[in-house]
Amino acid sequence: MFEEVGTTTEGDLVINMGPQHPATHGVLHLVVTLNGETIKNVEPHLGYIHRSIEKMCESLTYRQFIYVTSRMDYLSAHINNHACAMCVEKGLQLEVPARAQVIRVLMDELTRLASHELWWGAMAMDLGAFTPFFHAFREREVINDIMEETCGARLTMNYMVPGGVMHDLHPNFQQRVKDFLQLYKRKIHEYDELVTGNIIFQNRMKGVGIISPEDVLSYGCTGPVARGSGVSSDVRKLYPYEIYDKLEFDEVLEDGCDSFARYMVRIREMQQSVRIIEQLIDNIPDGEFQAKTKAVLKLPKGEFYSKAETARGELGVYIVSEGGTTPYRIKFRSPGFSNLSALNHLVKGGKIGDLIAAMGTLDLVIPDIDR
Amino acid sequence: MFLKQYIQDIWGAIKSLATGMKRTGYYFTHHKEIITQQYPDNRDTLLLPERFKGEVVMTHDENNEHACTGCTACELACPNATIKIITKFDVDAETGKKKKAIDTFVYHLELCTMCNLCVEACPTGAIKMAQTFEHSVFDRSQLTKKLNKPGSKVRAGVE
Repeated sequence: MFEEVGTTTEGDLVINMGPQHPATHGVLHLVVTLNGETIKNVEPHLGYIHRSIEKMCESLTYRQFIYVTSRMDYLSAHINNHACAMCVEKGLQLEVPARAQVIRVLMDELTRLASHELWWGAMAMDLGAFTPFFHAFREREVINDIMEETCGARLTMNYMVPGGVMHDLHPNFQQRVKDFLQLYKRKIHEYDELVTGNIIFQNRMKGVGIISPEDVLSYGCTGPVARGSGVSSDVRKLYPYEIYDKLEFDEVLEDGCDSFARYMVRIREMQQSVRIIEQLIDNIPDGEFQAKTKAVLKLPKGEFYSKAETARGELGVYIVSEGGTTPYRIKFRSPGFSNLSALNHLVKGGKIGDLIAAMGTLDLVIPDIDR
Repeated sequence: MFLKQYIQDIWGAIKSLATGMKRTGYYFTHHKEIITQQYPDNRDTLLLPERFKGEVVMTHDENNEHACTGCTACELACPNATIKIITKFDVDAETGKKKKAIDTFVYHLELCTMCNLCVEACPTGAIKMAQTFEHSVFDRSQLTKKLNKPGSKVRAGVE
C-alpha cells in the first residue's frame, strides 16, 4: 500500500516530505515519488493531529461542543462556531436577533480577512520570500486586537453561542474597525508591490498546478480552489445564511485554473470582505445580542445540516439527534480535506518545487483535515 | 521583433523586482513605522482588554466574602471537567439550620480552554476571567488551584 522510502524497482526515488517539514504548514506527511525532479505521485498521509473531535462532540452538550470546533480550522474559528451554532438553531427553530446576525457576519468577514492575510504571508514564505510574512502579520495583528477586545481571545474565540453571540460588541469596536479599514486601504498596494507583480512569483505561479472545472467538481473542491477554476461555489451567494442575501458583494471568479488564479481569488476576496464590513459597520441595529434560550438545550429527534463559507471553502455540520442533550452523531464536512484530495492531480508531472507552490495555494490547515 | 520582446521582458522583470525592493527599503529607513513590541520588556505598559480570558478567578470583597453558593452550575457547564466543587454543610449559629456551602473550589488550569462557559453559567457572578497569561510553572501540581481564599465565606444575601 505505502511505498517504502528509497528507490523503487523502476528507479524512482521515494521521499518523505513532512510531517515536520516547515514548508508543509503543519504535520502533513507527503510521500512523494520522484523521477529525477519530476513528480510521479504524491500520497498524503493523514492522522498526525487527529483528536477525534467528532467523537468528542458526542459526549458534550449542544452548548459545549461549539468550543471544540474552534480547534478544527483555527484560522476561521469564528466561522466554524457560526456553522455549528446555526445547526443547533435550526434544530431548536430559534430566531437569532438582528443585532446578533450583523455581529456574526462582521466577525466572519474579519476572520476571513485575517485568515487570507496569514495565507498570503505563508504562501510567499513557501516560495522563499520572508518579508511578506511580516507585512501580513502587521495587519492581521490589528484584527486580532479587535477580536481580543470583543471576544476575549485572539485565536480560539468561542464567541458564537446558540441564539446569538456571547458578549455584546465592545464600545470601541466600531471605531477600531474603521481605523483598521483605513490602515488596510493605505497598505493594500504594498501587497501587490511586494508579491503580486513580482516577476519571480508570477513565473512560479502561472501555468502551475492546473485543475480543470470538471476535476474541481469531481474532487469536491470548494472555496477559492474551486473559484480559481471558474466554478461558482460561494455558500454566501448560493445558499445565503444570516444577512448575506441583503448585502452587496461579488462572488470572485477567476478562469485561470492555475495557482496564480487561486492566488488572485483570495486577494480579490479580501477586498470583498472589506466591502461587506464597510456596509455593516455603520448599520449595526440595536437590540438583543442573544436570544433567550433554555438553560439546557435539547434538540428534537432528527437530522440537521447547516453550512457556512469559511476562508477555505464550504464547511458542513451534520447533527443527528436522538432527542437528548448531547448529539447522537456529528459529522463535519471540512473544506481542507476535499481540497487536499486534489493535490496529486495538481502536481503530477510537475517539478518538486512547484509542489510547494501548488500546496500553498490550496491553503491547507492540517487540524481541519484531520479533525 | 524577438529581440525587442526579449529586452522588454528583462526590463519588466527588473522593474518589478525594483518595486519590491523599494518597499523593503522604505521600511528599512522608516523606523517609526515598525510596530514590534519588546515583550517582556514592556510588561509594565502592556495592557490587556478587560474581557481577555486568562484564567478563572473568584472575586472576594474586603470582608473576605465571595458569592459562590456551591450550586455546581459551572461544573456542569465545563466541557473539560476543569472545575470540581467540594461542598460542606455549615451550621448557622443563630437558627441552628444546616446550610450548603463550598468547602473547596478546585480549578485545574492545565485542563482549562478559556471558553468562558462557566462564567456565563454562574447565576451569582461569583467567578470571572482574569487577565493573567504567564502561566508557566516548574511543577504541574501548581496548576491545580483552590479559588476560594482560606477562611472566606459566602456573602450574606446571596442565594
